[in-house]
Amino acid sequence: MDPLPPFTNTEAAWRPNSGSSSSSDRQRIAQQRLRIIAGHLQRSEDGDSSSTVLLAAECKAQESQKTAEEKTVPRKRHEIMKWNGWGYSDSRFLFNKKGQAEFTGKRYRLSGMIIPGLKDWFEGTFGASLQHKTPATPVLTSSSVPPPTLNEAFVEELKSTGIPFSLEAEDRVFRAHGHCLHEIFALREGKFGRVPDMVVWPNCHNDVVKIVELACKHNEGTSVSSALECPPEETRSIVSLDTSQMNRILWIDEKNLTAHVEAGIVGQDLERLLNESGYCTGHEPDSMEFSSLGGWVATRASGMKKNIYGNIEDLVVHIKMVTPQGVIEKSCQGPRMSTGPDIHHFIMGSEGTLGVVTEVTMKIRPMPEYQKYGSVVFPNFEQGVACLREVAKQRCAPASIRLMDNEQFKFGHALKPQVSSIFTSFLDGLKKFYITKFKGFDPNHLCVATLLFEGDREKVLQHEKQVYDIAAKFGGLAAGEDNGQRGYMLTFVIAYLRDLGMDYYVIGESFETSVPWDRVLDICRNVKARIVAECKDKGVQFSPLSTCRVTQTYDAGACVYFYFAFNYRGLSDPVHVYEQVEHAAREEILANGGSLSHHHGVGKLRKEWMRDTVSNVGMGMLKSVKDYVDPKNIFGNRNLL
Amino acid sequence: MTDTIPAKNNCSQYRDSGRAGSGLENEEEFVDLLDEQRRSSDLGFALRTFNPNPFKGASPCSTADLNKAVLESQYLRYMVKEIAMETGSSVEEVREEACGILEEMSQNLQLGFIRLMAYVLSKVFKRLFTSIFVNTEGLNTLQQAIQESPVILMPNHRSYVDFLAISYILFSYDIPVPVIAAGTPLAGMKMIGEILRRSGAFYIRRAIGSDKLYWAMLSEYVKTIVRRGFAPVEFYVEGLRSRTLKSLIPKIGMMHMVLEPFFKGEVYDITLVPISISYDRVLEESLLAHELLGIPKPKESTTGLLKASKVLQEDYGSMHVNFGRPLSVRQLCQGKINRCQYNLIPRDLPQKPNAETQDCVNWLAHLMVRIQEEGSVVSPWSLMACLLLQTPITVLSQEGLLWHLLTEKTLWLRKLALDFGARLNWPGQVPDSDVMSSTVAIHRSVVHRKAGCVYLVREEEPARKRPISPEEGVIRTAAAVLMLASYRNQSIHIFLRPAMLATAIHITKTTQRDELFTFFCFLQDVFSNEFIFIPGKSSQDFEQACFLLKKCGAVHISQQEVLVSDVGLEVLSFLRALLQPFIESYQVMFRYLCEEEVHVLSEKQFLPAVRNVATKLILSGDLHTYEALSSDTQKNVLVALRRLEIVTKLRASEQNEYRVNKAAVRRIENILSGEIPPQMLQTTPDARL
Repeated sequence: MDPLPPFTNTEAAWRPNSGSSSSSDRQRIAQQRLRIIAGHLQRSEDGDSSSTVLLAAECKAQESQKTAEEKTVPRKRHEIMKWNGWGYSDSRFLFNKKGQAEFTGKRYRLSGMIIPGLKDWFEGTFGASLQHKTPATPVLTSSSVPPPTLNEAFVEELKSTGIPFSLEAEDRVFRAHGHCLHEIFALREGKFGRVPDMVVWPNCHNDVVKIVELACKHNEGTSVSSALECPPEETRSIVSLDTSQMNRILWIDEKNLTAHVEAGIVGQDLERLLNESGYCTGHEPDSMEFSSLGGWVATRASGMKKNIYGNIEDLVVHIKMVTPQGVIEKSCQGPRMSTGPDIHHFIMGSEGTLGVVTEVTMKIRPMPEYQKYGSVVFPNFEQGVACLREVAKQRCAPASIRLMDNEQFKFGHALKPQVSSIFTSFLDGLKKFYITKFKGFDPNHLCVATLLFEGDREKVLQHEKQVYDIAAKFGGLAAGEDNGQRGYMLTFVIAYLRDLGMDYYVIGESFETSVPWDRVLDICRNVKARIVAECKDKGVQFSPLSTCRVTQTYDAGACVYFYFAFNYRGLSDPVHVYEQVEHAAREEILANGGSLSHHHGVGKLRKEWMRDTVSNVGMGMLKSVKDYVDPKNIFGNRNLL
Repeated sequence: MTDTIPAKNNCSQYRDSGRAGSGLENEEEFVDLLDEQRRSSDLGFALRTFNPNPFKGASPCSTADLNKAVLESQYLRYMVKEIAMETGSSVEEVREEACGILEEMSQNLQLGFIRLMAYVLSKVFKRLFTSIFVNTEGLNTLQQAIQESPVILMPNHRSYVDFLAISYILFSYDIPVPVIAAGTPLAGMKMIGEILRRSGAFYIRRAIGSDKLYWAMLSEYVKTIVRRGFAPVEFYVEGLRSRTLKSLIPKIGMMHMVLEPFFKGEVYDITLVPISISYDRVLEESLLAHELLGIPKPKESTTGLLKASKVLQEDYGSMHVNFGRPLSVRQLCQGKINRCQYNLIPRDLPQKPNAETQDCVNWLAHLMVRIQEEGSVVSPWSLMACLLLQTPITVLSQEGLLWHLLTEKTLWLRKLALDFGARLNWPGQVPDSDVMSSTVAIHRSVVHRKAGCVYLVREEEPARKRPISPEEGVIRTAAAVLMLASYRNQSIHIFLRPAMLATAIHITKTTQRDELFTFFCFLQDVFSNEFIFIPGKSSQDFEQACFLLKKCGAVHISQQEVLVSDVGLEVLSFLRALLQPFIESYQVMFRYLCEEEVHVLSEKQFLPAVRNVATKLILSGDLHTYEALSSDTQKNVLVALRRLEIVTKLRASEQNEYRVNKAAVRRIENILSGEIPPQMLQTTPDARL
């Protein structure tokens, strides 16, 4: 089903090293647009590669075309992606022989660069030392993976359908986890819990229907999603459905501006393919490199630019899902219906407990003509939040507006790549002088908002002025496009950085919530303080990194992200300590009027709070839907409920 | 949220802080503040660099800023509108009124006046006291706590000097001086009111009643100070100055106000610092006794204060100020409060606290008073007072108590007190006889020593034409006895629980633990307004009583039984006698309530009527305690009976009229005198705001 849902607790999005050449004008424009969006991220664009076609291919035809395609997500994911860490195998942070941090690979703009400030920040913030390493188990030893429990009859029947599948250890391990800290930590130590017994790659909706029918017949559990973790008590054979091969755009409706897409497509492919036709969905969760459309639907994902395009629930027009009871879908594509409770809302956020989303019709938009980053420095976090609140009040939020606290500002600063010209560093120095000395901002209090504007050039400029004017009222100083861009970069690389930390006794994670405006400041302060206090209480020897940012604004509140990491030297069970602290932090969030989740979802990690969150009756409603749709618990990942 | 922290945690928390140790020897160091002052100039002291580190999250806040923030708060705007609607007046009028209230209330803390106070107080304190002992350890932790979260200072209240002393001490230790909740009568004093205001006092009316606007102003004012955290807040959780020197049942209105910013997540945590102030001799001692006998206290006025300046001639011994361990509200409330209850209503709007919250606040308030009790330092005089009160009044007033007997008994009691974990202020380097003598010397207003005997001092009557009537004689003796009783009350918390068990053993004549426990609980119900019991902790209290009696060898304890040991009689009879005046006084009032013809009574009639009955009984020799004459005891009986719903207030009544359930009163009386076995009386814990 949805192999990489966006709620794997770390997020990262990086646009791919992609792009296709074509002669058509439309594609040329698409190229241009890609360059604009991705320019800041990418190192270079090699204009080779493929033509993933926009045709509704028949399943059988697909098989023969496969060689011609370059798949972003191949069946054997571990060939290009880490099996025990985040992202692509070729991209990672490391400290080189000189002790300088660098980012490897060629995929990202930061790739191949030296980041001089990172070591000091890293050592200073965590009390970590490059001398104290905790390397991961380098290779996956297949022998340590428990052999699959197979239901022979099921395997036989599956074979007869011709749908590809695998029993190999690598494939199974790769699909046994999400990116929660405890999962990655265990993998790095070469430990595996319950892993799926088999991986299946359906090629189209009909394949999924067949597999689900077979599974029902043989009472097979299918599993997916962080949420990906397999219930250890599951005795049935677990089949992991990898929809990555269901990645075609089946049609584009230019009159109604919708696109019908297979749910296995990952964000970067969807965007790239639509761009080639001059369109976009505008849905850019931070994990869009790796998360799939089906995953977005299953978890109620949210995109960075939701202010213009909306969250997934605003984008979806039609959903097709295969359940043990059959296929669920609406009969038409009316833009809004009053036909009882919206059945889409049973599906969105169901986290893989009800069925497999196979095809989705989504809104699309013409690609924006112009895009501009920006940033504002505020004397303190309070002023920053007040400004965001005012922006939300006036409903003039740019495509994205995010406010980092002081710790994150410093973190972002530490990630500045080495600058080549003396002039740039001179300018940086000058800026710093202006802000701290001339304007009197305390470098230990100031914080930064990053902005992304999108639309017509003229409107963008006008909009920009409006936002900067508001910011000025709250003591904000425009701090340039570059800072803005780097702010967004931080989001993308943070997941890679976690792997670096884990090489040196540092573990961490992020989590999020949504909260009414009047509580934003209180929740930020209290949760951060709680994290620090709990760490102390649990015997963590070094003061943790406890930081937050406001990442989305709404009319009635905001989405807040917390990052938390600490040096675990001296602790016997760091993951347990981590989990206790995260648990306490979540309690604090709830006690301060925050929600259980804004877009990461519930999975198994936050299940215990569901009843309090939605009330007994609410729980009953959800349960009864599950009981009707999947009485045998074929979709047995035990998420959510 | 499911914070499930076992209850025992909280218990041990307070045990740690209250600590049941031995005497002062093992305690953290107390140092004499005045000692240093005497060696330096008062002016120099007043002008010293005062540069305290406030709460790290706070920025300084001027009076104008604070008042503006209060007046413009969402909460107040909402309340003003609501009150305007209800009363039919315009919003402007209500706002005007609100401004007036704020003006009357607000403090105006200024360093210059702190310095002035420091100067004056240096002079005064050196006159009044031989020493002011403070525990530096406590002050150091306080200094740190103040930087970490908003701090609430919670002293007990025994004298007008209390809050002056605390500000004075904090000033000398470079700790931010607090803003202090004081009663409006002080504000009315010429000059002094304003000086105190500028030293950080803010004024609260005594009887706020149902004045909605006043409540709103006060709570927003207090909460804003806590939220801003620019200065510690100091208030008396007992609400009033204790006339009996016994801890008062805490009021929870103010307590709730200071805690709410934490409940609502507006601050990460709040730190409570219990402070125990103990006096060798209280400045107001004779005033207090007279008030208890129904002679009204003089109105606070500046001229009154000047007249009272004769108190400056007297020796008041030393004063102990014990700063307790700072307590985190967050930790204390863990598992007791579901903070999610505030999620569905804007936090700026008034929200009546739910039962769980009220219980928690009530519990916390009681806990703080208990910690104050356990932190207080008991003087030799208080032990002597316990013993003097157990001496027949004729002996004290006529024959005289043999000095060596008193000394012997006092030393015996000192050992018992130490066994029970009291903090004693018994100078170690001086011979015991000197300690005794100097103690009696300080308290020559109550007792005098002549020819190897001790006598009770009865106040000089102005020369009169006619002889003193027997009733007047009773009142005169009563004044002296009540003074003694007040000093006994300084140490009663040490002996209270074992004394209740001793009484239970005596009255029920049983050895069965469960029966004793039932009677013990009955006593807690009856004395619910007399002594401080932490709600819901009866069995711990009982266990503690058993433990202490066992520790001093008075009883043997088995699974089912509590057996009096051969050597235990002395301890048990002392403990029983300690509680006897209370039991007798209560019985007098119970009988009065049963026998009185009418079923409805008003507080106004009740007090003098009971006093008459008691006076007669004393004169006839049927009542042995003068404490039945204390209006405090009388009121406590009424409150306890109301809590047990045996006496109910008439709703229509303006004049505090009550209906009495005579049968129920009779039943209590019978249980108390051991005629029928006890039954549980406990109703729901009283947690009104």
